[in-house]
Formats: sequence, structure tokens, C-alpha cells
Amino acid sequence: MSIQFKTIKELSLMLEKKDISNHELIEETFNLVEKYDKLNAFITLNKEKALEKAKALDNKSSDLALSGIPIAQKDLFVTKNLRTTCGSNILSNFIPPYSATVIENLESSGCISIGKTNMDEFAMGSSNETSFFGKVNNPWGANLVPGGSSGGSAAAVAAGIVPAATGTDTGGSIRQPASLCGITGIKPTYGRISRWGMIAFASSLDQAGPMARTVEDCAILMNQMCSHDSKDTTSLDEAIPDFTKNLDKEIKGKKIGIVKEFDLSKLDKNVVKVFEESKKHYESLGVEFIEVSLPNISLSVPTYYVVAPAECSSNLSRFDGVKYGKRCENPKDLEDLYIRSRSEGFGDEVKRRILIGAYVLSAGFYDAYYKKAQQVRRLIKNDFDDAFKKVDLIMTPTTRGPAFEAGSMSDPIEMYLEDLFTVPANLAGLPGISIPSGYVDNKPLGLQLIGNSLQEEQLLNVAHNFQKTTDWHLKTPDMEIKS
Amino acid sequence: MSWETVIGLEVHVQLSTKTKLFSGASTGFGAEPNTQVDLVDLGLPGALPVVNKEAFYKAIRFGLATKAEINQVSMFDRKNYFYPDLPKGYQITQMEKPIVGMGSITIDVDGKEKLINITRAHLEEDAGKSIHDLFDGETGVDLNRAGTPLLEIVSEPEISNAKEAVAYFKAIHQLVTFLDICDGNMAQGSMRCDVNVSIKKAEDKELGTRAEIKNINSFKFIEKAINFEIARQIKLLEKGESVVQETRLYDSIKNETRSMRSKEAANDYRYFPEPDLLPVVILDKELEEIIEGLPELPKEKEKRFIDEHNLEVSEARILSSSKAMAELFEKASEKTKDSNLVAKWLVGDISALLNKDNISIEESKLSLENFVKLIERITDNTISGKIAKSLLEDVWETGNDVDNLIQEKGLVQIQDESVLEEIATKVIQSNEDQVAAYKSGKDRIFGFFVGQVMKETQGKANPKSVNDILKKLLG
Repeated sequence: MSIQFKTIKELSLMLEKKDISNHELIEETFNLVEKYDKLNAFITLNKEKALEKAKALDNKSSDLALSGIPIAQKDLFVTKNLRTTCGSNILSNFIPPYSATVIENLESSGCISIGKTNMDEFAMGSSNETSFFGKVNNPWGANLVPGGSSGGSAAAVAAGIVPAATGTDTGGSIRQPASLCGITGIKPTYGRISRWGMIAFASSLDQAGPMARTVEDCAILMNQMCSHDSKDTTSLDEAIPDFTKNLDKEIKGKKIGIVKEFDLSKLDKNVVKVFEESKKHYESLGVEFIEVSLPNISLSVPTYYVVAPAECSSNLSRFDGVKYGKRCENPKDLEDLYIRSRSEGFGDEVKRRILIGAYVLSAGFYDAYYKKAQQVRRLIKNDFDDAFKKVDLIMTPTTRGPAFEAGSMSDPIEMYLEDLFTVPANLAGLPGISIPSGYVDNKPLGLQLIGNSLQEEQLLNVAHNFQKTTDWHLKTPDMEIKS
Repeated sequence: MSWETVIGLEVHVQLSTKTKLFSGASTGFGAEPNTQVDLVDLGLPGALPVVNKEAFYKAIRFGLATKAEINQVSMFDRKNYFYPDLPKGYQITQMEKPIVGMGSITIDVDGKEKLINITRAHLEEDAGKSIHDLFDGETGVDLNRAGTPLLEIVSEPEISNAKEAVAYFKAIHQLVTFLDICDGNMAQGSMRCDVNVSIKKAEDKELGTRAEIKNINSFKFIEKAINFEIARQIKLLEKGESVVQETRLYDSIKNETRSMRSKEAANDYRYFPEPDLLPVVILDKELEEIIEGLPELPKEKEKRFIDEHNLEVSEARILSSSKAMAELFEKASEKTKDSNLVAKWLVGDISALLNKDNISIEESKLSLENFVKLIERITDNTISGKIAKSLLEDVWETGNDVDNLIQEKGLVQIQDESVLEEIATKVIQSNEDQVAAYKSGKDRIFGFFVGQVMKETQGKANPKSVNDILKKLLG
């Protein structure tokens, strides 16, 4: 029985009915990993330990929520005794002595981590082309990018290798690849999921989340991933609901906001058409659309590209070749050790952002850039607060278009604009989800819903209703021809 | 030309918390390198700091004792620079919103009081230690100290000379030990300071260019470093040259300060708010609890000693100079019920010994128990005061038990009057001339006979008995 493209729910049922053993499921998963090796979705595999854990489950069954479910982990979460590179040369030899809270939460709920997925180096990129371990291919087209930075996770789920993967989202790194790979991904409210053990890119924006084939699976994963963690001061001490409980609730009468300032007429006609059809579909479910104004939203990308590099320039200082990670050969002196270890260890995009970050924080420029950006960030948050007085959710396309060809976007600024629709939710700390909503030239395209703070339940409910009545999320890429 | 010196001090006080400022690792001193570190202290990827509230409580005690504003909402910032013993590549400190705002402290220089304002006191983590001399051609890094909580106390530039600077540093030392927020151990680096020195013409309003002398950790070196620096800067200015704004290092062996780096070469620390930590909020209830738990401060103690024990101001000041001294005074007074005698010994002989050895009372070998015995043996006439003095010196050197020493050395005072009478008779018989003189009215010669008897008894005679017996025999 094939396990490819199965959901968590389906696999759980198969295991329960003993249609497949735990061991067979994991074996089969690794067969798929091998079969789709060309996707380059994984950096490091956890085969031995994963099979061991599966065997143990066959010998002694467990009633854990996610017992035996294979999952792929973004290589940004540290995993005890399993290499964690963050897509970078500088950590290409790094074996962490501890596991991230997210990893522990998932593994203690029965999940089996099968490996670490490829990603843009230190999560800096929107195409997965900045990885030291090579680009990832989108299952929907041989030379298409999967998006980024959680590109390996998105590709592994889209190819049906695993039912789910973890991702992280600093400016769209879950939602954008989910959109480009035709899967579902949610970035929860900032602080919902502990950042302990997540290698920091931009601390005030980073948030982990699940990537899966369906909204329902995302809700199932959210139940395990969310926790209040005393090891992360910014993790929220808020009650965690059962995210699956209200998925089926009717959404009639919900008010969804359309952002006045997002001028969709500049986008490809077919992209706009997909978006308009999604709107119509929601209307048929009884949703009312209201135009809302987010007056400062056009400042999101520039604001993001000040705040995120500033934090990253500091967060990445610890990679200095002194304590762990790569150190250059035969350093002359301390200065040489720093310069060469970091020059050799980091790729161009990472260096670019460290430079931008150091610049905007430097004496004499701090007020003009960093401080100003923080002020704008507050204004953007206020804009959302006002909008949510009128609507329950806000809807936008997730991306400006479907997946593009690798190597086709060489201008960094053009690449930064990939984050246009996703970045505002990070700046405001709000939850956002991307769900498959149609196809352009046989390439999937996502729809983004943004909710108010801590309103993930409503977000999942509205997204799930879309999937209950559409089949965009059920389509699978035809990879046999191309591989 | 008359020059004026302007000095400001940044004192780093290591707070005596059990665990580090942002991790659960121990702050103990002297462990094997890199054994008192956890994931946070190592700066591992993904590790996050969590605030140790105990450090805040200690910082607030200092703030309250210096009548400072307490910022019930304070924030952390990152100070970015590369150094091997700084594992994260940045230090977490408080730049914009420190826990303690403007306060003040009174210092005492040659009996004159002066108020020094304290700009702020903020919390920050200490760095680790680089060890350059242990491995050939390589530098070792010990991160045991990394993350230890420091309170950086920044004074206004209101200190006018080296003496005042030392008095200020001593006043801070006294205060933090009284408050029980720092062990005050200078040798282990529990208190260190950076000194900013500048010189200006007496009539100038604007301050001169300052040089900062880094990381001095003894009273003596502060004084010497400042005096060297003042002389250096005046010499420059008198030659018509100017002082360069720079960081300097004090070399205690050569007794000079040397340039470390100039302002141009200085780091741009790129401060920004620490995104891994939320603002730290101190509730009213927490603040009230800290206020209630505040111990008696030196000045209050001094006043109470004067009132309760009828002491001189100068005596009370010495007895309240350190927590250990005050405790010894109070406990010994309570046990012996003779606070005046206790005070006399502490202010007199014991202070003299402390000064001679240049140590503090807690560093001496004198225990409370032994000190109490010493006083009791005086009051119960077992030993004379004179014997007690030499006995104290013995105890000071060895720390041996007072009673054992008295027994071993046969120092028990001779109480038997017939023995004393026999000795006195012998003294009178062998000094006929003096007897004649005494009898002809030279009263002052009486002391001679007392001295002779004491000499014969090796000081063990009870002076009062000797007096009585001699008076009787000499008629």
C-alpha cells in the first residue's frame, strides 16, 4: 500500500488498523526520500534512529497523538546528536548537544524525525538558492524553485515523502514555499511556539510552524508544537486550545478584509483570476468581504529589511570559529581567525544582510534606520489593530505569482519583494496561513489569510472550510515523467 | 596656572547570586575551567537567555540604599563586539532603561563629608576569561565567569582627587557588603572599577578631554593610577599639548598608565534592544518586600551605636565601618555584657593590628568565640590587661584558643595575696633608697614599686591587689 501523499490522519488510521507496521512506514518513507533524491530536500538523514524508534513502536504500541508519524525537520532546529547546519557551511560540522523545544514536543508526541530539510542559509532567502548544500527543486517542475527559506520542508511534503514538516517563518518562510509548492503552512502568533533551540535569524520575527498537506494536519501539529516554555521569555503564557476542535464550524457571516493598499492590478492576470475565484468561493460559503485600509503597509518590506538584518547581524556574531562550527585553517592570529572563518563560512546573501544590519545599527545611523523602522513597525501593528475592529480576518495572495525558475531572479531587491504579502504578519506578530487556491500554468498558487493575535482557531476554521469545499490541496505533482 | 581634576568612576560589582544572570549555571569561584557553563553561557545556537530575578532584587537594594529612582520597568540591550571570551559576540547589558536611576552616596575624606551623585546603576553579564600564558602560542578561554551578574555603578564626574576616589570606592564597597549583595572580595575580582580622569583650568566651565583607566581592583592601585594620570595630563597640558581621549591600562609594577586604544580605534558597539528578552517588570509588591528586607546601613548603625552604647563618634564609625566589624562588636558585647571594653579593644589594639596587616576583620584569624574569651578573662581577672595585649598578638598570629594559651604559657594572674605580699616585701627590702624617698613625700615613686612587683611576677599580678598590698606595707 502506498504511503505517498497520505496525510497524518490517513497514516494514523493505517497504523491503527495495522495496514502497515511502524517499521514498514518508516522504511517506505526512506524509499521515497531516495526515489526523490534529486529534489535535494534533505541535508542530513536520521535513518538509523528513525527505524529504531519505529521498531520499538511495533514491539510496544503507544497511544500518543502522533505515534509513528514520519516528519521532516527544518535544519534550523537543533537536534541532539544529529547534525544541524542551518544550510550553512559554517555549521556544516555542527552536532548539537541538545534539542529544540519544538523537536522535543513533536518527538514526545510520537513523531519520528526522519531527517533535516534543506533551507536557505540561516533562513535568508525566498528561493532556497542560498543553501550551502545546493538548491532544492520544486516537485511541480524540474527547474522551479520551491520558495524559501523552508524550501526543503515544502518540497518534501509536496512530493508526498512525508505528510508534514516543520518550518520557520521570519518574513514568509513557511507561507511562501507552501504557496509555491501547493501545500498548507501556518505561521502562528509570535510566541505561540517556543524559539528555544531555533537558530535565530531575527529574534523578534522568527516563529516556527507546521507545513502539511491539509489545514487539519496543520491543526493536529499545532496541538503538539505549541507550548509555553520557561526557557523562552518571549513564549506566550496563554491557554493553548485544541486547534482541531472548531475546524468544521460554519463560517457564514464571517467578515474578511481585503487590503485597499495592495494594488493587485500590477500582478499577472491569471494570478488575480485565482484570487478573485477564491473570493467568490468564500462568498458562496457566506463570507462577507470588506475593504480595509492598512495605510502604512507599503512600508513593510523596507521596514523588514532594516529590522531583520539588524537582528541577524548580532545573532550571527556567535559564529566566529572559536567554540563550534567551522574554523579556518591555520589562522595567523585572532583577527585572521575571525575574518577567514566567517568569510569562508558564510554565503553572499548572509554576508549582505550582516553588512546591512551592522550599518543600520552603527553610531550615527541608528536613529535614521533602526529606530525609525521600529516606529514604523508599531504603526503597521496599529493599522492591523484598527482593521481587526471591522473584520475577522484579512485575505491576500500569499505570493506575487507561482514558482519561478531557479537563477531567474538575480536582483536581491526583486527577491526581497517576494515577501511583499507575507512580511506584514511577521512585523505585527500575527498568525498567517497559506492554502492552495489554484494553478497558473500547472504551478500551484497559495491564498493567505491573516488573523488577529492568538486567533489561530478562527484562521484554521476558515481555511479548513475552504479545503472542505475545494480540491486544490488534493492535487499532486506528476514527478514520474521528470525524474 | 591652577589645574582642577575631574574624576568619574564606573564600579563593577559582582552580585552574589547563586546562579548566573541569564542561565542556571553556578557563579561559584575557582572551579575547573568551563565546568560552570550551560547552553546559554556557551552561546550555543538556539539557546536563549532567561532573567534571574534575584539579580534585580539585589540591584534594587543598592538603588534604595542610595536613594535612587528604581525603574520598575527596565530593559536589556545588546552591546556588540567580537572577543573569544564573549561567546555570543555581544554582551547583554542595560543601556536605555537601567534598573537603577539617579542616586547618591556620602563619602568621608579626612573627617569631611561630601555627597557624590550616582548617575545610574545597571545590570549586565560578565564575560569569560582569556588565558594567554598557559598554552604555547594559543589562548585558552574559560567561560565559568561568563554570564555572572554585574551591577555597573556610574558616578557623576564629581570626584576631585585620588583620595576622594578611594573614599568613594570604599563607600560603595562598604555599602554593597552591608546590603549583602556582593561578597566584596577584591582579590577574586568581585569589585573592579574604571576611572575617568580629566584636567581643566580652574576657571573653565567645560570639562577637559578624559582618559579612561580600565579594570583596577584595589584601593591602593586606584590612588596610584589616578595620581600618575593627573601628573601625566598636567604635564602634557603645561607643555601646550593636548590629552587624547583613549582607554588606558594601569601597570602596577611600573606604576604607570599606558595607552590601550584610542577613540578612533574604539569599537562601535551597535547597541540595540535585546529582542530575546521582554522588559523586566518589578511589581509594587516585590518592591515593598525588598524595602522591608533592607538591612541597617552604616550611617544608621553608627548613630545607634552612639545612642545605645554611649560611644564616641570616632569609635562608632570604626565599629560600623564593615558588616563583619559591626557584627563582632554587637555579638561580643551581648555575650560579655561589657560593650565599652569590647569597643575599646576593637577600636584600639585590634584596629591597629588590622591596619598593620592591611586586612579586614573577616580575613583575620580572630574568631568571635576567642575574642569573647579574651574579654571575659580580663573581666574575671584571670589575666591582666597587659598580658591580654600580648596574648592577643599570639592569637592574631596563630588563631589558637585563648584559654589553652593562658594555661600553656602560665599566664594566670596571681590572685594569692600572701604570694604577692612576699614578693612586695622583698622588693621593699632591696630598695631602701626608694623607700626613704617615698617616705619623705615623693608619692610619684610609688609606681616604681608597682613596676618592680609586676616585673618579678612577669606581669601576672593583679594590679589592684599589688597597689593595696604596697600601700599597706609602705604605710
